[in-house]
Amino acid sequence: MDLRLTPEDQAFRQEVREWMKAELPPDWDSKERLIDFEEPEWVGFAQDFRKKLADKGWLVMHWPKEWGGQDDPLKNMILTEELSYWGAPTGGQPVNQLSAMLLAHGSDELKQYFLPGLAQSKWKWVEGYSEPGGGSDLANIQTHAVKDGDDYIISGSKIWNAAHADGDWMFGLVRTDMDQPKHRGISFMLINMRSPGITWEKVPMMWGKARGLVTLDEVRVPQTNVVGESERGFYVVMASLDAQRASLDRLANTLRIVDLLVEFARETTFEGQKVIDRPGIRNQLAEIMTAVECLRLMSYKVAWLQSNDQPCTREASIVKIFGPDTIQRAHRVGMQMMGAYGLLEPGSKWAPLYGKVENGYLENFARTIGSGTSEINRNVVATRGLGLPRG
Amino acid sequence: MEFGFTETQLMLKASAREFLEGECPRSFVRAMEQDEKGFTPDLWEKIARVGWLRLPFPQEYGGDGQDFLTLCLLLEEMARVCLPGPYFSSTVLCGLPLAEFGSEAQKREFLAPLGDGRRTMSLAMLEPNVRYDTSGVQLEATARNGGFVLNGIKLLVPYANSVDYLLLPTRTKKTADPDEGITFFIVPTTAPGLTLTPLGTIAHDPESEVAFENVEVSRDAVLGEVDAGGVIFNKISQWGAIGSCAMLVGAADVVLDMTTDYVKQRVAFGRPIGSFQAIQHHCANMAVDAETSKAITYQAAWYLADGMPADQQVSMAKGWTGDAIRRLYSLGHQCHGAIGLTTEYDLQLYSRRCKMWETTFGDTNYHQDRLSRLAGL
Repeated sequence: MDLRLTPEDQAFRQEVREWMKAELPPDWDSKERLIDFEEPEWVGFAQDFRKKLADKGWLVMHWPKEWGGQDDPLKNMILTEELSYWGAPTGGQPVNQLSAMLLAHGSDELKQYFLPGLAQSKWKWVEGYSEPGGGSDLANIQTHAVKDGDDYIISGSKIWNAAHADGDWMFGLVRTDMDQPKHRGISFMLINMRSPGITWEKVPMMWGKARGLVTLDEVRVPQTNVVGESERGFYVVMASLDAQRASLDRLANTLRIVDLLVEFARETTFEGQKVIDRPGIRNQLAEIMTAVECLRLMSYKVAWLQSNDQPCTREASIVKIFGPDTIQRAHRVGMQMMGAYGLLEPGSKWAPLYGKVENGYLENFARTIGSGTSEINRNVVATRGLGLPRG
Repeated sequence: MEFGFTETQLMLKASAREFLEGECPRSFVRAMEQDEKGFTPDLWEKIARVGWLRLPFPQEYGGDGQDFLTLCLLLEEMARVCLPGPYFSSTVLCGLPLAEFGSEAQKREFLAPLGDGRRTMSLAMLEPNVRYDTSGVQLEATARNGGFVLNGIKLLVPYANSVDYLLLPTRTKKTADPDEGITFFIVPTTAPGLTLTPLGTIAHDPESEVAFENVEVSRDAVLGEVDAGGVIFNKISQWGAIGSCAMLVGAADVVLDMTTDYVKQRVAFGRPIGSFQAIQHHCANMAVDAETSKAITYQAAWYLADGMPADQQVSMAKGWTGDAIRRLYSLGHQCHGAIGLTTEYDLQLYSRRCKMWETTFGDTNYHQDRLSRLAGL
């Protein structure tokens, strides 16, 4: 056992940090919570940022060499962690889950067309999984397709994605065989968001940002846009969720907020009383510092197992439960530390840490809900990890 | 970054598991809870023969030279079977300080006999003030006639009624800094003026109050330097804390397995209770607490094995693991229902020991407070 990072890895981390600080907007620290990379005025900036990452050869380091990568998931992990720590745009799902699915299941035509573009961050992507009628119950999706010659005609809707951010392509689950029940009869396919019949609207969320709701009204999609076997889409996506990376971007967000809180506690007094001396704060802060250290160690262990091609389902599932809980608790501790000042929004006079804790507190309600609710994740750990019988 | 264990470590774990499963059935554990000494010479001899008593000592003194992380892996295996006996208090909490701080003469005198089972020791640390840090050392050692005279009380000394020697910190000088003015002594349990009173603990292991009334000790009995024992105290506290974490982690795995086995076969309302979501979520939460505890404990053990400053890592591990495993065995009890509360069922063997290991060498409140101060807060 040796938990140290190599000097090369540390040097790379430093290189990323310096480059990124020059690329982010001035006064980033104060504006971070007010800037939304999915809003029209910033979408272009985020895309340019990703293109610059691609130009530096940093966007897809974890990919196979034949598709422009370096077969180096550890280096990608360091990059992702560093970027996420500072809230900078990262490659996200398109260069992770989506490209993994294309690599594993895509036809040669799809791979040739999409992978080079993904490596260059050529498009903006929209996730098409959850629907207004069901998120956790993904096998019950209603967006459906009817065959018409060589195409599908698709109708339905998808929600909680970034459709409002001027997406170019959607990757999603569509029911292509109405005669098969539930998780059978679902295909995973790529849909051009510029197609006729696609409209979208913004769904404002309580932390001041929005998600998207896409409506598909008889949208024509070539059948060759299906990734993997038709009617096997549910399994394709589930396998990719299982193989989901250690979510090191989430780890980094959590590390950042705890670092900010520790610094805040060291330096801040409210009219003569040190924040750290407010009742209960000392032990709560120590607890969350420890929780974040546990999360860091476990996330790195998942990345290490993956880079050694070893199974990591158990550890990864546990991180999926522990991570969201921890970041929520961190924000609760932060709100406690700040007392009534914690009620102030980004941009308000007197708001501590530029409102990062207040805004993060609201936004992180989503953490135990999105990408698999904590209840579903616990079911998975219990049934698949511990072998308990299904209900 | 490397999270795996070495071949030696994996082999030790595997052979220990096999040995202990054969030599330490739960029936033996139960019998020892009723026994005045709490373990048997036969068991001790067997442990000596497989080399565990000499495992962490330097090779020049007959030891195997294994590091603290390796030792923790062995402690984990011992906790899995609730192994009775003074291994932790003797080999770890007295043996390691002797190896690190002992004079040449002391190392020659003690390490080989400790290593082959001829001699046993126990650590007498806690006092009636029940403070975990150096400010808790108040038992007085007064210089007299070239030696010292000891007066005071030590509490919760494990296996004091069967070991040959005690190792204890005393207060030789009172200054503003409680870390200064501590002196460690090695005292034979046969020393005149030393009185043992058995205590009844939650873990049903033989622990004693040890009262010192004008106990005379020679200068040779000092471990390390007079008045400079603060560094020994802090080191022992680190070994004690992380050794306890290792035992908590070992016990936790057994409790989790016991619980999942139970809920898979126990039927209620026409189906195994493990198919109910509430039970599934309890078990998932137990798994989270087990894994996080392992991660933070192994990190601290590795820091200590590598000789790095480890105060923050130790307090993180002990503060977290104590609480986490308490949650774990509590949910274990919850999943078992009433049967898990009976003495006949094995679960309570583990929960009572875990409460012990959670508390000794600092409970969660203590370590959280300590961590915040170590972090400059």
